[in-house]
Amino acid sequence: MGNEAVVTADSKALSSAEVLVDIKDVKKYFPITKGLLNRTVGQVKAVDGVSLAIRKGETFGLVGESGCGKSTFGRLLLRLQSVTEGEVLFKGKDIHSLGHQEMRRLREEMQIIFQDPFGSLNPRFLVKDIIGEPLRIHRSMSARDIDARVVELMELVGLDASRRNRYPHEFSGGQRQRIGIARAIALNPQFIVADEAVSALDVSVQSQVINLLMKLQKELGLTFLFIAHGLNVVRHISDRVGVMYLGKMVEVAETEALFAAPLHPYTAALLSAIPKPTPRRKQDRIVLEGDVPSPANPPSGCRFHTRCPLAQEKCRMQEPLLEEAAPGRMVACHFPLASV
Amino acid sequence: MAEKLLEIRKLTTGFATEKGLVKATDAISISVKKGQTVCLVGESGSGKSVTSLAIMRLIDYAGGMIMEGSIHFHGQDLAAKNQEDMRLIRGNQIAMIFQDPMSSLNPVFTVGEQIAESLRLHQNKGNDEAMKAAVDLLKLVGIPAPEIRAKQYPHELSGGMCQRVVIAIALACNPELLIADEPTTALDVTVQAQILDLLRKLQAELGMSILLITHDMGVAAEMADRIAVMYAGAIVEEGTVEEIFDHPSHPYTVGLLQSIPGFEGERGGELYTIRGTIPPIGQLPSGCRFHPRCPHAMDVCRSQEPPNFMITSDHRTSCWLFQDKPVQTDYSDEVRTHG
Repeated sequence: MGNEAVVTADSKALSSAEVLVDIKDVKKYFPITKGLLNRTVGQVKAVDGVSLAIRKGETFGLVGESGCGKSTFGRLLLRLQSVTEGEVLFKGKDIHSLGHQEMRRLREEMQIIFQDPFGSLNPRFLVKDIIGEPLRIHRSMSARDIDARVVELMELVGLDASRRNRYPHEFSGGQRQRIGIARAIALNPQFIVADEAVSALDVSVQSQVINLLMKLQKELGLTFLFIAHGLNVVRHISDRVGVMYLGKMVEVAETEALFAAPLHPYTAALLSAIPKPTPRRKQDRIVLEGDVPSPANPPSGCRFHTRCPLAQEKCRMQEPLLEEAAPGRMVACHFPLASV
Repeated sequence: MAEKLLEIRKLTTGFATEKGLVKATDAISISVKKGQTVCLVGESGSGKSVTSLAIMRLIDYAGGMIMEGSIHFHGQDLAAKNQEDMRLIRGNQIAMIFQDPMSSLNPVFTVGEQIAESLRLHQNKGNDEAMKAAVDLLKLVGIPAPEIRAKQYPHELSGGMCQRVVIAIALACNPELLIADEPTTALDVTVQAQILDLLRKLQAELGMSILLITHDMGVAAEMADRIAVMYAGAIVEEGTVEEIFDHPSHPYTVGLLQSIPGFEGERGGELYTIRGTIPPIGQLPSGCRFHPRCPHAMDVCRSQEPPNFMITSDHRTSCWLFQDKPVQTDYSDEVRTHG
């Protein structure tokens, strides 16, 4: 890797103009309650101290297995859930300490695309009302203007605008996802969280939607947090990638660098676990033992040590911090791979 | 040449709907040899799962029916059997695992009881004996502390563990054919890798055949000896795994492989897309069912359905682009030899 690179990806080194969302040590604990009085008997540490700076105009891919906290993390960035601790600075303002009015204004600039194209659209709304809803709420526009904007948006995402007076059930999965995308970009947001936005789609439709997202990003200058478990999709679309495990960020790197040589053993295992569409290459796999431990009771020290093929005594005792291993590369591991 | 364990010929299945009888699969032919893994790949709605339900004759309970064709298993035609006879075959000789491990297990019985149930039913084992065998099976599928796990309920196990239990139930009676319908789709990749490894290991140990249904080309590449690509109810291409990945010939297969973002090479560019979407069942276009989406569509494609052209003796495709190749001939003689 180029040691000569002067530019670093460390958030401290970036000027505030380059960072759109600056996340500082956010935590989200969900209480586990029990009994008649709902006594709190424990906590699920869904997100447990994650810091990250998302730069303006980039696509940041977030990967990890189910239950690692990636969706919760995405929702914290939009204040769809409140943080337990920490700050989310959107253009320098901590969104979790804003008042109701201010937050509402800010919501215009941040939107979300959901995974399930069937569950995320109200079946009783016409498509034009679904796409036009953010306009009705946030803008004082006439019905005619809204309609014109809906037509414009539908064409932008590749839908036949003459079908705007129909209900969602009359559209296919891929088309519904386009409706969700049209709704998300209706207010010209700057930041979009795409939470498994293409995971529910068949491959031939998935590639269409990926192309659309990348086209929109280029045309509208969007910043994406792209949450997914399909690593090949993340590799294709992201500029940088973060890997989460049990509520912690374990590795952050430029996409090329991460896929070429992962530093964290978990990233390496994750990459090798994916079945590649090339036959006769069946041997080079790191199979992890066991399952992801419960986030209510994470292991001591490094959270990955229970499944890590390289775990040593130190890993059981001491939690590794996310530190810069090379310019632009952060890893939380006592014994990172190929660190020399 | 290994014996053909399963031989499906011209299987057409359908569902009665308000709009009349709708075909879910259209004259599909495929065979599975002993010890072989055959993958059915295709997108949602292509008829993969209906095919597996038809083999098990569970389609009768799903509101569908076998309209034509035969399903020869060990030389007997399953399509002609009654449900009484099928009960002896299901679970015993052919077992099936489904996509969602959580919902295929009964939440009010311990996993040990659920494995023991199939042993009691199909192999007339006593309670104690069946429970002991259940623990052995849990050990076989790689569950740690099987004695303890056998006494637990499904909700106490993770998704990957549940899928291992489902596999244990399927293996309880040493089936010759295991039908796995998207067995790893609901699981995380690291757990998927474990389950695929387990299936391969068990296949090597027990010598069973696997019919694996998946939408994931990666899984197919890794598991299959042969691959059949389904589109809108028909098999459009079939061949060895090497043939399908190295020399895909049907435009649909080619498009499918190109649509997947890869792990090597260029990224960030525009992905290949197959225009349009799968036609809804019952509204198939004329001629070749893929022609409205095909970049190579010709006049003949619009009017006439293509037969299977043999690209090599081991690779067939149903596409007019290959009309210079020989047409697949009826292979009924082969079937009779072990009837």
